Formats: sequence, structure tokens, C-alpha cells
Amino acid sequence: MKSPTVAAAVAALLAGWLGVLPAHAADKVKVGFVSTLSGPSSALGVDIRDGFLLAVKLNGGKLGNLPAEVLVSDDQFKPDVAKQLFEKNIKRDKVDFMTGVVFSNIMLAALPEALDAGTIYISPNAAPSSMAGKDCNPLFFAVSWPNDAYHEAAGQYANTRDLKSVYLVAPNYQAGKDSLAGFKRTFKGQVVGENYTKLGQLDYAAELAEIRAARPQAVYIFLPGGMGINFIKQYVGAGLGKDTTLLLPGFSADQDVINPVGAAMAGLFNTAHWSPDFTNLANVKFVAEFQKEYKRVPTLYASQGYDAALLIDAAVRDTKGKLEDQAAVKKALKAARFESVRGPFKFNTNQYPIQNYYVRTIGNDGKGGLVNKSFNEPILKNHGDAYVQSCAMKG
Amino acid sequence: MLSAARRLGGAQASAMLGAALLALALPFVLRALGLDFYQSLASRIVVYAIAATSLNLVLGYGGLVSFGHAAFVGLGAYTTGILIAEGLQSGTLHLAATLVVTAAFALVIGGISLRTRGVYFIMITLAFAQMLFYFANSVKGYGGDEGLNVRARSLFSLGGWLLDLKNPLALYYVALAVLAVSLMALARFVPSRFGRAMLAIRDDDVRAEAIGFATYRYKLVMFVVAGMLGGVAGALSVNLQGYVSPNVLHWTQSGTLMVMVILGGVATVWGGLMGAAVLLLLQEVLGSHTEHGEFWTGWVLLAVVLFARRGLVGLMLGRPSKGAA
Amino acid sequence: MSGLLLLEQALNGLQFGLMLFLLAAGLTLVFGVMDMINLAHGSLYMVGAFLAAWLVALTGSFVLGAIGAVILTALFGMALEMVLLRTLYARDHLSQVLATYALILILNEGVKMIFGNDLPLSAPAALAGPVELLPGLMYPAYRLLILGVGLAIALLLWLLVQKTRLGALVRAGASNRTMATAMGTNITRLFTLVFGVGAALCAVAGALLGPLLAVQVGMGENILILAFVVIVIGGIGSIRGALVGALLVGAIDTLGRTVLQHVLREFLPPQWASAAGPAFASVAVYVFMAAVLALKPQGLFPARG
Repeated sequence: MKSPTVAAAVAALLAGWLGVLPAHAADKVKVGFVSTLSGPSSALGVDIRDGFLLAVKLNGGKLGNLPAEVLVSDDQFKPDVAKQLFEKNIKRDKVDFMTGVVFSNIMLAALPEALDAGTIYISPNAAPSSMAGKDCNPLFFAVSWPNDAYHEAAGQYANTRDLKSVYLVAPNYQAGKDSLAGFKRTFKGQVVGENYTKLGQLDYAAELAEIRAARPQAVYIFLPGGMGINFIKQYVGAGLGKDTTLLLPGFSADQDVINPVGAAMAGLFNTAHWSPDFTNLANVKFVAEFQKEYKRVPTLYASQGYDAALLIDAAVRDTKGKLEDQAAVKKALKAARFESVRGPFKFNTNQYPIQNYYVRTIGNDGKGGLVNKSFNEPILKNHGDAYVQSCAMKG
Repeated sequence: MLSAARRLGGAQASAMLGAALLALALPFVLRALGLDFYQSLASRIVVYAIAATSLNLVLGYGGLVSFGHAAFVGLGAYTTGILIAEGLQSGTLHLAATLVVTAAFALVIGGISLRTRGVYFIMITLAFAQMLFYFANSVKGYGGDEGLNVRARSLFSLGGWLLDLKNPLALYYVALAVLAVSLMALARFVPSRFGRAMLAIRDDDVRAEAIGFATYRYKLVMFVVAGMLGGVAGALSVNLQGYVSPNVLHWTQSGTLMVMVILGGVATVWGGLMGAAVLLLLQEVLGSHTEHGEFWTGWVLLAVVLFARRGLVGLMLGRPSKGAA
Repeated sequence: MSGLLLLEQALNGLQFGLMLFLLAAGLTLVFGVMDMINLAHGSLYMVGAFLAAWLVALTGSFVLGAIGAVILTALFGMALEMVLLRTLYARDHLSQVLATYALILILNEGVKMIFGNDLPLSAPAALAGPVELLPGLMYPAYRLLILGVGLAIALLLWLLVQKTRLGALVRAGASNRTMATAMGTNITRLFTLVFGVGAALCAVAGALLGPLLAVQVGMGENILILAFVVIVIGGIGSIRGALVGALLVGAIDTLGRTVLQHVLREFLPPQWASAAGPAFASVAVYVFMAAVLALKPQGLFPARG
């Protein structure tokens, strides 16, 4: 009779299960970190993670005055996987904070797990318009920038460059929609084309043919990670760089794109809230330590991961480690008393940042490579977001 | 259930009884052990078991290799999800709508596909599922490829009592009830007149046609019933996840269901449940111990194909189970 | 839509179709000659791409890396056939589905363990720019390479299958296996060879498409189903059918995508039009397949006599 064997196998499976359980100790901060660590856009998640972990390391392995345990897992660019990882971190590991997700669609799918369970989520990247406005939630803090912001800055910059016609490309998801809406909000010229590509698409032959036929003065794209790398390479390959100006938001022009694309990136302008050459003390330390630890120049994603850790550190410190008093933790988070690498940092009433945005250009780093350099005067000053009025939280 | 138990003999009957008791007591056992995180895994196994059993109906007993079964699960999930998103929370409405929608699609898809045979039947069913997949991707109003988040769940009112499937226990027991009913129905179906006719058709439909069976009609009925049951699994899954995306309709999902059926045992009553439980548990256990869990899962599956031709249930029974040829 | 735009999109469609043909050709031979459903065919494409990326980085030469990848993948495919897949020929289709599905899992994770989740692969620098085909029509040089290689291989395969003894054996095997065995063909060796050729074709596609798409784990799954659609349309076991089917699918998909989007943009908001256009083009491919099956159930060029 074979069933005893199968019964034994099932028992073994259960035993294996139980062996996986960690014991939950008090007196430490547990953070659940779920991000995209594999696939063409993994560079983003990896950088956020590296920035976050660096901050914890430089703080002696602590957040606030408590030892920190950061549980890192990979959402594989899949919303359902992220949901299950969130559930695991929240229900099994009983974390105090969730953080990490890069992409808005993945975050929006997984976020209800945190919100329904009353766990605070600190977003080191995705900050969609819905969460800034009508869906705003006291448990949600965006430590990066509102999704539209870089694009509003770019639109304003296009105005200063006197560009009259622009063709827009973005992936077809919430952040993509937000991005082009942001650009159109500030841009005063004519939009001759608006093309939404499939999220994760890597072959842009069809779209580039369309752009060529539309003959715009400039092309503005929002294509983070691997998408942007492929688009820019194929853009140059199709010979479009000669007659059309390519304008980029910071994410498509940061170190993770510059390295694979190479020389074609020289001289391109982009907008961002941070640049590696900022001279404030926190940033100088961050860039130096990051290069020492990981042997590469940090991207803005790394700076956001770093800032997210600093924010949590400040909140834990200000509540003297009493994480059970969530109201106090939320209040401390909102006060955001930490030295951000971007300079002055403060939250709006909807818990999205109010900050400056700058224009950057890609130039020589003096060592044979390319790096971003910023212009001193911000293109948008103390800029919030367009959705704060629809948020029910009023400070 | 007792008659089925009697038919199987002592050891197997007590195994079945043990399994039933464990299933009923599971939520309390998990809570006592502090493992309530795994409640959702248990519910997921039950829901997949329903889907796999529905596929086994058409694949195992019907002999119809449908590579598009995920379409029906997805239809059930989307129907229920869209209704909830529109503010209609009544569980009975969800159930009725799911049954109607999946039956309609199954009639059309089955009606056309069943006119083909062999690998062409496989490809046509696959094609229909892919069409629905791409259609779901295009409907931006209900999420498109970003998927649809639903914050509320199905509500059933039973004579004054409100059963909210947001409650994990409620969801588990409702799903368990559906599974139990499906398995009992399947067990009664196999030795019945319709069941025997179906097996004759499966084994040689030319001969069956010659004897006088209206083979096309029998197959279509099986196809529609299987589709409707798959839809119910889908409706339960959207309640479990609070999220539905076009991925539910992708051919790899049909493949996963097929793997569960083959793994558990084609044309066996418990095959769907066995396959779903073993595959999901394997993924969970291997996944928590190593990053490369899928690697070992693959080897286990390969071993089953090469050495356990009748699936795990076949392995357990040690002899051809009643109803399998 | 301007003529030049249409022409450029047509070239894109041709390029896509030719790559699809490379995958479909191997698949149709395996299915036609050995009557085996091989879900892991897409995984061979992935293995080819990874080997190419690895070898190109190792040798610094795109050509060397690509050729090396093709040879290694062919050897790997033949080894796989001899060790494992041979035992599946006698089994039913369902068992083949389960076994090759298991193989997908093993290969996906195996590649991840050896190479990591993805590897970078760039087009050779000489082909990074555009070529002016017509005044006003600049087309990327690399895609022209793909077109060239695709057409060359199509021609080579046609010559192989139609004009050589080996090709005659393959056609005989596809048309009626029992008869071919009875006539004295060494079926075992033939099968291994066919499988190796199929794997080599996958590797060519993987190496060529790597710079355009991404060399990443799981890249085979997306393209596998389309390859199956192509061979069903073309006729199982027929190379000619695979070519015609692939070109038709490539054309429908690419042109449908672009033309439909233009039309939909007239009355739908851009986000909807951008989503609906490609979706309906994909649906059109499946509708086309269903139509072909309704009119010519064995495909356009059935191999089975």
C-alpha cells in the first residue's frame, strides 16, 4: 500500500514549513522590503535596496536606537507576487514598516495588504496621483516625489527652450498616464503625438516609425529601467537623434541608463529632484560611501532608498522606539526631521514631498565616463502636486 | 460519500475521513500553532483544487485536452470582480452572473472547438483563451494589464445572517463546501449512466457514435459544466486575492491547471485536489528554503511523468482506479 | 498614414515574421516528424540567447559569440533528446505536456543559477546606426542584418528540405513515420539530428533578438505560443507552411498594431487606443488561425499526405 509513503511525504512537507518560522522578538525594528530585483528593470530595485541597506549599515545596523532587521524579497515585476510577499511580511513576519516597491502598478496591487492590516508603507519610489488625491491614506508616505513632478519640470524646461512641438511616449499604466499628464500640465507648445506602450515592452520599432512620420521638434519619454535603455538605443539606431531633441525625465537619464547606452547619452538634458553633485553634507557623505561600498555611482533611486531609511530612522528615534504607539510614529514620520540628501525636505498635507526640481545634463566625469551634472537654479521651486486638494487629510 | 468510502475499502476510507476532518479543523489548528498566515495558502489550495477538478472533468473523463480552461476561471474572476467594482456586492448575484457568463462562453467556445479533434482542438481552445486574455488587456476601464483591485468582497445573506467573504474563515469554509459538493457530484457521476457513456466516448468516440450516442452533445454538456465550475473557482479566487488581472487568463495558467490534474491523477475523483495541494505546497516549501524552488519542482514533476504514469492518486491506489481505462 | 511609414512598418513586420519562422521551423519539424508536443522549445531559444550573451562578452565579438551559441545549443538540444525526450515519443500528448512543462521550470531556474536572471547583449557597434534605404526612409542597420540572416536561413532550409537526401528523409518521416521506418531509415539518428537543427534555429533567433528585446529568464514563454499558432496555420510538419504562416502572423500583428491604433485614436482617448490597438491585433492573429482551421483544418500546407 502506497499511501503511508505519501502520508510521510505530506508530513515532511509540513515539518519543512514549520521549520521556516522565525521567532518574533521585541525591541527591534522590522522592515519588509519588497522590490523588483530581477528582470530588465532590476537595476532600480537593486539601487533602492542598496541605498536603504547602506543607510542602515552606516547607522550601525540600527534604525533609531533599535537594531534593524530588513527582510528583502523580489517581486519579479509581478503584482500578484508582490501581494503575496506583502502578506507574508505583514502576517507572518509581523513587520513594523513596509517599503521598497519600484513600480506604481505593483505597489497599487500590493498596498491594500498593508493598509487593511494597518501597517505603515513608506514609498521610496512609486507615488501615483491617486494616492496623492482622493485615495490618500494616513498610513502612506511618499519619500520620493509625486509621479507627475519630474514631468512637470520637464514641461517647464521645454518652455524655456522654446520648443513648439513634442511627441510623447510612456508605458500604459498609472505612472505613465501621470507622467504625460504632468508634462502637458506645464508645457505650452503642441503635443503632436501621445503613444502609450505596453509596460515592459522592449522593441520600439513601431513607435519609432510613428515618431519619424510625425516629425516633432522634440520627443519626451517616460520609460524607466530596461524600457528606456532599449528605446534610446533603438532611437539612435533609427537615426532620429539628428533632427529631434530628446528630452528625458531623470529616471531615463540616470546612471543605470547611461552605462549601458554609453556615448549617445552625452549632452542630453533631464529633470530630477536630486543629482550626485549636490553639495549638501548629507549628499557628499552618501555619494562617497555608496561609491566605496558598491563601486558605482548611485542613481536617484539609491538616493531615495537611502532617504527612506533615514526617514524611518528619524521616526523611530523621535518616538524613542515605542513603535506600538502608531499615532506617534505617524506624527514623527510626518515631521520628517532628517537630513535628506536632496537638501531641505518637508511633507505636504497629503504626505507627499514639497521640494525643488532641477535640470541636469550629462557630461564627462573626468575619468572617461559620463555622469549627471545639475544646474544650480531649480526649474521648479517648492513644488507640491496638483492633487493635494482632493485629499481628505488636511494636516 | 459513505457509499464511495465503502467502495474503496478500509484503509482508503479512513484516509479520506482523516483528510475531511483535517480540512474542517484546519483553521483552528493553524491558529493554535500561530500559523494563521498560512490560512490564505490553505484557501488558495482549495480554490485551485476546484479549478483543477473542473478541468479533470473535461480532460480526464471527457478526454478533451482543453488548453484554454483558464479562460473560464478568469471569466468567473472578472465577472465577480467587475460587479464588486461597480458596487454590487450580493454574493448570490455574483454566483448567478458567473454561472450564466461562463455557461454562455463555454457554449460558444465548446460549440466551435468540439468540431475539431486532436491537436487542433488543443490549439483552438488555446486560441479562445488567448483572445480573452488580450481582450482583458485592452479594457483599460477595468484595469487593463494593470489588473483590477477590489476592496470589498461577496456578501451572502442566509436568513438574517451576513456571510462576508472578506472574513478568511468564511471564504475557506465556503470554498471547502464547494469543493466537497463538486467531489461528491463527481464521485456519483462516474458510475452513472451519463458517466459511463462519457468514458465510452472518451475511449473511442467513433465506436460510441456508431453505437448511437450523440457524442457531440455529450461532450458539449461536459465542456459547459466544467466551464461553469471553473468560473465558480474564479469567483472565489477574486474574493481570496482582492485582485484580478489578465494573467489569470494566460495560457501558462491553463498549463498550471493541466499540470495539477496530470500530477494528481487524470480521471480520478481526488486528482484535482491532490495535484493542487502537492504543487502549491511544493512551491511554498521549496520557495521558502531556496530561491530556486521551481528547479526542484520541475524535477519532481518530471519524476512523476516518468515513473508514476497514473499520477499521485494512481500511485496511492496501487491499482487502476475505477473509471480509468 | 504615409507611404514611408507603411513601408517601414512592413519591414518591421517582415523582421518579426522571419524570427518567428526560425522558432516555428524547429517546432514544426519536431511535432511533425516525432509527433511530440515540446513546450520547452521556447526554453531552447532562451538558452541560445544566454549562451550568445555570455560568449559575446567572453570573446568580444558578436559573430563569434553568436556562432558559438548556435553550436553549443545544438549540442545541448541533441543531448537533451538522447537522454530524456526520446522516452517521451511513445507516450501520449498529455505526458509530453507535463514533462516538457517540467523541463521549462528546470531550464528557467537552471539558467538563472548559472548566468543570473538576465545578461546584457548589445548589437555590434558597426550596426548601431541607421541605413538610408530610400530618401526619407532610415532603417536601423541591425534590423537589416536580421532580415538578411532570416531570409538566408529560410533559403538554406528550403534547399535542405527540398533538394537533399536528408531533407527527403525528414519529409518522409513527417509524412508517414511508420512507412519511413519500414523503408529503412535510421529513425533514431534522424530524430536526434532534427532536434539538433531545431535547437540551432532557436539559438539563431535568440542571439539575433537578444539586443532588441532582453536576454532574460522566461523570455521563451511569450514567443512559444505564437510559434505554435504559426505551425498550426502553416500545417504541422511543413517548413514552407512555417514560413508562410510566420510571415502572415508577423504582418497581421505588426500592421494590425499600427493601423488599428491610428483608427482607434480618432475616437478613443490615447491610453485606450494604445491598449486596444495591440490587443486587437493579437486577437486578429488568433481569429485568423481559427478561420484557417475552419477552412483548411490541416493547415495551409499540410505535410501529412
